Amino acid sequence: MKLKSVLYILLLITSVSLVKAQNCSYTFSGVIKDFHDKSVIVDATVYIKNQNKYTTTNFDGKFTINNVCAGKIIVEISHIACDKKVLELNVSKNIYKIIDLEHHIEELNEINVKSAVGLKTKTAQETLIKKNTLDKFSAASLGDVIKNISGVSSINTGSTIVKPIINGLHSSRVLTSFNGVRLQDQEWGIEHAPNIDINAAGSISVIKGANALQYGGDAIGGVIVVNPSKIILKDTLFGKTIISQQSNGKLFSASTSLHKSYRKGWFINGQASFKRAGDFEAPKYNLTNTGINSKAFTIHTGFKKFNKGFELFYSNTMNEIGILRASHIGNVSDLIVALKSDVPLVVDDFRYTINNPKQKVTHQLLKTKVYKRLKGIGKLSFQYDYQQNERLEFDIRRGGRSSIAATNLLLKTHSFKGDINFDSNSENTYKFGISGAYQNNFSDPKSGVKRIIPDYNKYNMNAYGITDFRFDKIVLNAGIRYDFEQINAKKFYQKSRWNSLNYQQEFDHLIIDDSSYPSDLLVNPVFNYHNISASLGASYTINNKNTVLVNYGLSNRAPNASELFSDGLHHSAARIEIGDLRIQPETSNRFSTTYKFNNNKFDIVLEGFYNYVTNFIYIEPTGVETTLRGAFPVWSYKQTNAHLFGLDSNVSYNVNTNFSITNKMSLIKGRDLTNKRALIDIPPFKTTTTLFFKKENWKNFYASLESEFNAEQNEYPNNNFMAFIPNTNSYELLDISTPPKAYHLLNFSSGFALNMSKTKINFRFTIDNILNQSYRNYLNRLRLYADDLGRNFQIQIQINY
Amino acid sequence: MKNFKILTVLFITSILATSCSDDNPDIINPEEVITTMTVVLTPESGGDIVTLESRDLDGDGPNAPVITGGTLAAKTTYSGVITLLNETESPAEDITLEVAEEADEHQFFYNATGLNSTFSYAGENDSDGNPVGIKFTLSSGDAASGNITITLKHEPNKSGSNVNTGDITNAGGETDIEATFPISVE
Repeated sequence: MKLKSVLYILLLITSVSLVKAQNCSYTFSGVIKDFHDKSVIVDATVYIKNQNKYTTTNFDGKFTINNVCAGKIIVEISHIACDKKVLELNVSKNIYKIIDLEHHIEELNEINVKSAVGLKTKTAQETLIKKNTLDKFSAASLGDVIKNISGVSSINTGSTIVKPIINGLHSSRVLTSFNGVRLQDQEWGIEHAPNIDINAAGSISVIKGANALQYGGDAIGGVIVVNPSKIILKDTLFGKTIISQQSNGKLFSASTSLHKSYRKGWFINGQASFKRAGDFEAPKYNLTNTGINSKAFTIHTGFKKFNKGFELFYSNTMNEIGILRASHIGNVSDLIVALKSDVPLVVDDFRYTINNPKQKVTHQLLKTKVYKRLKGIGKLSFQYDYQQNERLEFDIRRGGRSSIAATNLLLKTHSFKGDINFDSNSENTYKFGISGAYQNNFSDPKSGVKRIIPDYNKYNMNAYGITDFRFDKIVLNAGIRYDFEQINAKKFYQKSRWNSLNYQQEFDHLIIDDSSYPSDLLVNPVFNYHNISASLGASYTINNKNTVLVNYGLSNRAPNASELFSDGLHHSAARIEIGDLRIQPETSNRFSTTYKFNNNKFDIVLEGFYNYVTNFIYIEPTGVETTLRGAFPVWSYKQTNAHLFGLDSNVSYNVNTNFSITNKMSLIKGRDLTNKRALIDIPPFKTTTTLFFKKENWKNFYASLESEFNAEQNEYPNNNFMAFIPNTNSYELLDISTPPKAYHLLNFSSGFALNMSKTKINFRFTIDNILNQSYRNYLNRLRLYADDLGRNFQIQIQINY
Repeated sequence: MKNFKILTVLFITSILATSCSDDNPDIINPEEVITTMTVVLTPESGGDIVTLESRDLDGDGPNAPVITGGTLAAKTTYSGVITLLNETESPAEDITLEVAEEADEHQFFYNATGLNSTFSYAGENDSDGNPVGIKFTLSSGDAASGNITITLKHEPNKSGSNVNTGDITNAGGETDIEATFPISVE
């Protein structure tokens, strides 16, 4: 505070002393924004050199200097994280100016404004979602937020388990990084949503394709980078509380955060969220047992300076999620009854209670990181993190066993990484890193159900190097990465299964015990995978309106535990899923290009990609097996060659200062080239048009009307089959493939803000699915059983203090 | 640099503390598996007892159940008793007891195709007065050959239309057993 007071006094003195000579009644005000992402820069110093006047920008990046004298002024703008900028202006009236400031490249990594690769190279296809957008989604999930990006969609199990799809790929093909830690939370499963509380995010960056090599080499689909709130280097204490209430599901959510920091570099942030909903409803009926109960908190503390610092971060999320009761079925005969019924087979009155089937997932993450800047060389950092994911899935069981989790997995991951970033020459930077991880998966035998994933240890060693060259209008980026992975599993195979998969010749050497168990073998598969990934990108700024990006990415992904070892009945899908020990890594070659245009009226981004994947791992029906429960289709993991290509566009047009129109479109095709048919679960064509109105002097009022059209997916693999139904002694067609019809939704949102001295209150009101349209989404796994959500009203109050 | 040291020590100790032992995992004997359904049909007015069986020792494994059908005497009333076993455990566990204990959550359904046989529930009802069907009577009808399918539903909608008379159409619930036996009525 001392410096600031001195500055004020200085300012006072100078302004008084200068009054006498000239007309010094003008005001110089404006806002300072990040050159790269247009986010406002807080606490930047604005200094009128030749009049000796100072001020700093506020939380909205705004500044005002009064009593500016007429004539030429030389303004110097500086910020700890930015290069100094000097402007010359002629003052003859009050001036308002939007000033772009170039963040220091290095500092961008540090405060994680945006993914390092995206910014450093400006070549990756990347979209940033900022805090003010995230706030509106306080009651939603990570997947709900990022599917607003053109080319990103989600694969859902109901409305609460939302997994992101990037350019048609999901699960193990999408990497999620949370505050620099690669999330390890059984992400292979479609019913396993990322364990991130959206309220803990300060910004989210979505990078399409595997060009962000420092995060991983196997993100064939893309990378989601979730960053915590920025650390502000000044003596301050501030907080925020968001409260939301929804009509659908009677959802209530509250989130609060508190940040304390000191100019000297110390900081501590805490954040906690709570969310609870009961059964959601479709337009015509209740979706029984779809409630959710979430709790999460994070603590982030440390010391942060430009030249050194450390941080300690802990996050804990707990989600208890009900699974639609009517989706729990026993066999194919049940499935056909469910498919034929227009209404879910179990519809009860609304309740908050979450019964079986349900999942209860607790994820804990602990991270510690230190960094030091070596003068004239660059920055060196080390990080250790530990994650623990406990996944309990409760089923409807017999004999009082419903309270015992049928799936009980504990996944522990330790990882360590060291990075060095040679960035002293900003024209040409190099970044190198090494990392290692140890992971242990434990399936608790007290479940009393055969393990869906065996116990295993996994070891990873990785190294990468990335370089950037900046020329006048061109930025080049190249990277290479090597990943070693060893998976060492111990799995029981039924002897009958072992033989039916023809493992007896090929894998007999893996058997470690064939005599202790009457009908099982204990097998110890140890597989090593060596993968190379590479990325090459260029950005060409044609002029200040037109930019072109071109990218190539090579990535390899080792098979996950599910693809190798799955072995058993998947109840909700009424199918037996079988992994294959023979599965090899898949290889993606992805080419992409982006064209960006913007002037004061238009903002256009067009992104195209072509992704050729050899040994693409997928699952398809391969036969039928009969058990005492009845007959089941068998789905086996296989490999093929596939390609995906698509076009994403985002066009906005500012009609005037109040009105704007935005359109987003996404078209994607995915084909299995070997079997000459479509890939499954490819998002259909989608276009969203938003009419936006805002009026800043009406308390920042805004209102928007969104029209969302989802086409019918006409290209899909036909996995329908004829099933014998013994009770009717007949064969019936099981249509599990045909995608649902196209649908169109209208959504409305509006809000305004009240600014008080130190407090800012935002009110928001939204209506989703205004017309209460009944629809089913191709990418919702529960579409076979029930319609999607009906109309929903939400009110939200956000208080910043 | 002090921080680096602390970090390294932390990392190494955590690895050591959690490193895997070479113990083999415990085998899980699935407790809920039903491997065997035996249906004993006793003619009420004397005659040969017929035993039907569906036995699938590898549970959800690839091997199909071994089915033993039977030959019924025409125009004969049989009293039937169902026994369920989990033979993956030793000694085999009698699952029929679990079903009887949770009678309100279970119901058997019988269905004949190609035969003129009819069924009716016998034995004790559940606490709501609805049938369970561990015991039943079978009237074999005229000579024919076909199949009898026996289904065990978990959490059926017992108040559904005609469910308490043995019509599976509106029963809902999850199928725990669905076994079909080849039968000839002579």
